Amino acid sequence: MQIRESQIMKIHYITAIGALFVVAVHILMRLIMPFDMSLEYGNVIANYHNIPYAILLESVLVLIAIHGFNGLRVILLELRQSKAWEDGVTILTIVAMMGVIAYGTRTIIVANGLGFE
Amino acid sequence: MTEQIIEKIEKIEKKHEKKETLRDSIVLKVYRANRLAGEPGRYDSVEVPVQRWTTVLDALLHAKAYKDPSIAIRYSCRMASCGSCGMKINGIPRLACYTKVSEMEGSTITIEPLANFPHLRDLVTDFSQFFLHHRNMQPYVQNEHADIKDREKLSEFVQKPEDLDRFLQFSYCIKCGLCYSACPTVATDTKFPGPQALSQAYRYFIDNRDSAGKGRTNIVDDKHGIWRCHFAGSCSSVCPKGVDPALGIQLLRGHLLGFSKNEKKIADLQERLNKN
Repeated sequence: MQIRESQIMKIHYITAIGALFVVAVHILMRLIMPFDMSLEYGNVIANYHNIPYAILLESVLVLIAIHGFNGLRVILLELRQSKAWEDGVTILTIVAMMGVIAYGTRTIIVANGLGFE
Repeated sequence: MTEQIIEKIEKIEKKHEKKETLRDSIVLKVYRANRLAGEPGRYDSVEVPVQRWTTVLDALLHAKAYKDPSIAIRYSCRMASCGSCGMKINGIPRLACYTKVSEMEGSTITIEPLANFPHLRDLVTDFSQFFLHHRNMQPYVQNEHADIKDREKLSEFVQKPEDLDRFLQFSYCIKCGLCYSACPTVATDTKFPGPQALSQAYRYFIDNRDSAGKGRTNIVDDKHGIWRCHFAGSCSSVCPKGVDPALGIQLLRGHLLGFSKNEKKIADLQERLNKN
């Protein structure tokens, strides 16, 4: 099934709006205590152990990965125009996006301690 | 809406209103090259006498008639109707027949061929790709109820003034290619249809005599289609006819994203109304 460009761009805009919201919450969470203190090891791990916050981090990861890699695809599509380049760029960005999401999700799971304790 | 458009055009004209500088002569710095002969590009300077009402095209034709007959120019109507004499004048795409020498700053005017078009010779560029993009948009009214083959059954569409207002400004396009030349996306993406073709797609999409909207949106909803517009707006600022292609592109995007209603009431045929 061929996905229309308008559907991809809808996802692109929705993920942008979603990312604005979750990143804003993420930054606000850094401000509930002095910024340096919020980045101390104990506080960071505590954040990961907090399930709603871990879900928020996963949302940040997924939304920004989708939006960012689609943006990269659009930039690369404008760079050169040939079938091989277009297919290559599409496959490469999808694989890279999935790789980043998989690695980030793994980091969140490991830091959260789910199934590893 | 028509009043708003007139107000907008007046505002643009006021904004672009320039002080006139009266001179007796001007130096034209004309880009010269014959691509087919493999000649490298160079600039030739020609001094021509000018008057208050002299346009850049007049000055070029004077140079061609009395100084250098080998200068290649494309022109026709001399009244901003045919869109043939598009060229870069002091770095900005303009119609040579619509640009007065007295409105230009400095005593030297640099004239180059339009950017984003394959260069042929001197100030002449190849419009084949540009017209192909235009043709791809099916720039004609398509309606299965209108019988265009049988002369006896020919009938007119009934259209309200507000229906006309939706697309009127886009129908003023003279296909001069200035917007295409100013577009930064066209400069990098050769498959991008450009502002002219996309605004024409909107012009027919929103025309209530046309019923082929879906087919037309499928053409522009492509990897290299309407979504690649960066909304730089340079297309709208260079248009000599006051058309706003960037607006047409954004409105069509709104329809594709579902922000605007896609359903339109197709105009009735006079013949059918008479029967009822």
